[in-house]
Amino acid sequence: MKKIISLTVNGIKHELAVEPRRTLLELLREDLGLTGVKKGCGIGDCGACTVLVDDVATFSCLTLAIQVEGCSVETIENLAKNGKLSRLQQAFVDHGAIQCGYCTPGMLMTSTELLRRNPHPDEQEIRQAISGNLCRCTGYQKIVDAIKAASGEYDE
Amino acid sequence: MSKYRILNTRAPRVDAVDKVTGKALYTDDLKRPGLLAGAILHSPLAHARILNIDTSRAENLAGVRAVVTHREAGTVPYGVSPARYDETIFCHDKVRYVGDEIAAVAAVDLDTALEAVSLIKVDFEELPIVLDGYTAMDEGQPQLHKMYKNNICAKVNWHFGDIEKGRRQSHIIRTDHLTSKMQDGAFLEPQSILAEVDSQGGLTMWSSTQAPHYVQRTLAMALRLPLHKVRVIKPAVGGGFGPKASCSSAELATCLLAMKTGKPVKFTFDREQVFLHSRARHQFFHTMTTGVKKDGTLSFLEHHCILDGGAYASFGIATIYYSGSLLGGPYRLRNMKYDGYRVVTNKPACGAQRGHGAVIARALFEIQLDRIAEELGMDPIELRLKNVMEAGETTCNELYVSSFGMREALEAVRDSAAWKKKRSMGGKTRGKGKGIGAACGFFVSGAGYPIYRSRTYHCTVITKVDDVGGGVTVSSGAADIGQGSDTVLAMITAEELGLSLDDVKIVSGDSNLSVDLGAYSSRTTLMTGTACRDAARDVKRQILEAVANKLDVAPTTLDLKDGLVMSLSEEIDFSELRKEYLQEHKGFMDLPDGPDLTFREASRIAFLEIGSIIGTGKYKPPPLGGSFKGAAVGTSPAFGCSAQVAEVSVDLETGQVSVDKITGAHDCGFAINRTQVEGQMQGSMMMGMGEALMEQIIYDTKGRIVNANLAEYKIPTAMDMPHLDAIIVESNEPHGPYGAKEVGEGAIMPVIPSILNAIYDATGVRIEELPVTPERIIAAMQESKKKAKT
Repeated sequence: MKKIISLTVNGIKHELAVEPRRTLLELLREDLGLTGVKKGCGIGDCGACTVLVDDVATFSCLTLAIQVEGCSVETIENLAKNGKLSRLQQAFVDHGAIQCGYCTPGMLMTSTELLRRNPHPDEQEIRQAISGNLCRCTGYQKIVDAIKAASGEYDE
Repeated sequence: MSKYRILNTRAPRVDAVDKVTGKALYTDDLKRPGLLAGAILHSPLAHARILNIDTSRAENLAGVRAVVTHREAGTVPYGVSPARYDETIFCHDKVRYVGDEIAAVAAVDLDTALEAVSLIKVDFEELPIVLDGYTAMDEGQPQLHKMYKNNICAKVNWHFGDIEKGRRQSHIIRTDHLTSKMQDGAFLEPQSILAEVDSQGGLTMWSSTQAPHYVQRTLAMALRLPLHKVRVIKPAVGGGFGPKASCSSAELATCLLAMKTGKPVKFTFDREQVFLHSRARHQFFHTMTTGVKKDGTLSFLEHHCILDGGAYASFGIATIYYSGSLLGGPYRLRNMKYDGYRVVTNKPACGAQRGHGAVIARALFEIQLDRIAEELGMDPIELRLKNVMEAGETTCNELYVSSFGMREALEAVRDSAAWKKKRSMGGKTRGKGKGIGAACGFFVSGAGYPIYRSRTYHCTVITKVDDVGGGVTVSSGAADIGQGSDTVLAMITAEELGLSLDDVKIVSGDSNLSVDLGAYSSRTTLMTGTACRDAARDVKRQILEAVANKLDVAPTTLDLKDGLVMSLSEEIDFSELRKEYLQEHKGFMDLPDGPDLTFREASRIAFLEIGSIIGTGKYKPPPLGGSFKGAAVGTSPAFGCSAQVAEVSVDLETGQVSVDKITGAHDCGFAINRTQVEGQMQGSMMMGMGEALMEQIIYDTKGRIVNANLAEYKIPTAMDMPHLDAIIVESNEPHGPYGAKEVGEGAIMPVIPSILNAIYDATGVRIEELPVTPERIIAAMQESKKKAKT
């Protein structure tokens, strides 16, 4: 039996009928076409599906759509404003923090949350924050460098 | 100042903005009208005869559009190496590993497809299984394939020089062992496939592949289609590292479902299926005996290796050759014997993975050098420096190194990591929990020969100038799987034509565009880069000739630079050309008005003169290597080399290893993009460190993987990784574009041995089995204490 839920995604209000077992990841990717959200494992091991739910970095593959009733969800598609990349996105571009790019959306959402919460993280805090986001390409060095470069007066 | 404007810089990747905004499309992001969902039935047993497959209940389920087994698919054998075609799309007589593909379903949605798969009933007769690669060749073991007697899929017996002579010359001779475990690629994007047929009978498959060309060939052969009717497109790919290089049963099955239903079908692996399909790193059992003279000069290497390759050959023939051939460098070694056996077992098939075949062999050899240095009382880096090859030398197995910054790389890591100071205790700190270790590596820069026997060009590139003028489009079959080859092609083209990167469009990874053998054997920068450079030069020549003709000057007096046509001699009056261009563009914005003719004008004028301007480039290596059996594997137009120093701390109570710092230097010939070269090096460090310390596929006694997920199959996280220092060495390779050669795989070579040598320095014990887990360290330390007492 489908259930009607309402939620805000990237600032837009939606009312949707969803199966109770539908995950937030499926809802975002399949129902709303937000394919920037990635599925790497489906069981909360890799972090590629990370989105912000009421400003908290959340694995969308482990979250049921019906759990986010009334919440505000933010995805990678919302970080650039009016065609301008956020400071963090720009730092990822400039520092070569991207290779295959599949972990990038989750990595950016986790580190966006970090910098909003803690605009001056030290290296250890950065590594700790992204330790739930696996990357197989970069050895994390350039990702850490990019987050460091974007920290400071973080205004997106 | 660099003589280049764009090359050798840190230009951002051409796909960077798409990847940080979520716009980059991977196969699983694609949709087609009427899309069906695919699902596959995998074998639950490691070895069994198939007695009967009953698909009737699945076929009758509402929403199911097709169910296919070997009856529909046929049994055309395929694989990677034509001499070892041992797979069929679906199993027909036997299943040979847990995960072997038996049937596939297309249905209106994934839930229905999965339910249908669960309704397929297969009757099996269970057969005894062989899981241990080390004993798989023994008499009396269960046999997997009729074509592989005693489960031997391939063997190599090489003898270069004279090892008996080497033995006689040796002052120290020692024998050591190293065993590894099967590794998983653990790329973040699970394989995904979307297939569709058109009304002319053409098949198009979008797939997360590393090698569209080889996959196109295999699809056409196994599905009985004309080659030109098969098109393989590679969208953005979320990492490959080797396992995505071979055509998979899943790709074939998805195409078959699309052909049967006439509808587009998508099939995406879940994470467990990535592990089951594998085609990743083999398990290696190496034994090496190495001799050196009193002064540390290497005198011989005798090398024995068994590779556990799982159930099918896949890339394994190349793997076993690489295991032996790539020890020919980077040291002067005149006498080398190699006996390699690749066996089949009832486990997922192994194939190529970063550093193909050579990683564990390299690890053991570098550990041996460390142990020999200790016996000689020599610094291990000094021992290596004493033996390194120089540019212009040929290895005993006939690999010619045309550029070689091995010495520079070793000296760079030695100095940068303050090796001498840290090692100055001369072993006095040994066993006190802090250690430092060094190692080198050697790797091909593109395989010298294609996988199938052919005179084919390894790649072609077509660069077309926009008919309207202004920019160019580079078309190539090359596969950017995240390593950044599209950016390399764009940078080369922009450099040659004096354009900005924004005016170069790259379309790639499509078998319709050109032949390109794909992203494997670290070949793209050297090979496709050369073809791309030549295509751009061809375009430049045509534009300048057309413009020069119009101006009535010699083409050699003109050049393209900074988006402009430059005169190399006297000032030229461009005003007639300018006038014509402006006449065509009344009302347009941003019209050229400076004193120089712009590329935009020149390219348009050239089109008006001669029509579409298309430049082409191609690349094929010259004949390479010796004439002995298997001499082709290991050949390359160039070789990369690398050195590394690892620093570790080991908790002597718990055996826990932390890697504190890695300093690596890699000779890439010339860095087309400095950031990307460092990125390849740092990624290699991480993958090697994972293999050294934590990664292992674990099987139960029935051949089932017990850790087929990314929580229990551990890869390094940001918390595990130390600071990674990447030093670029540039030796100017004569056979590479602008002097460039590989970095993607070579950089992994020294990682495992440098860490293992550092662990020895920290603990005083040698571990002969990977991964070096805390349990293994503690056990070795206890053993060593026991020995010291007796």
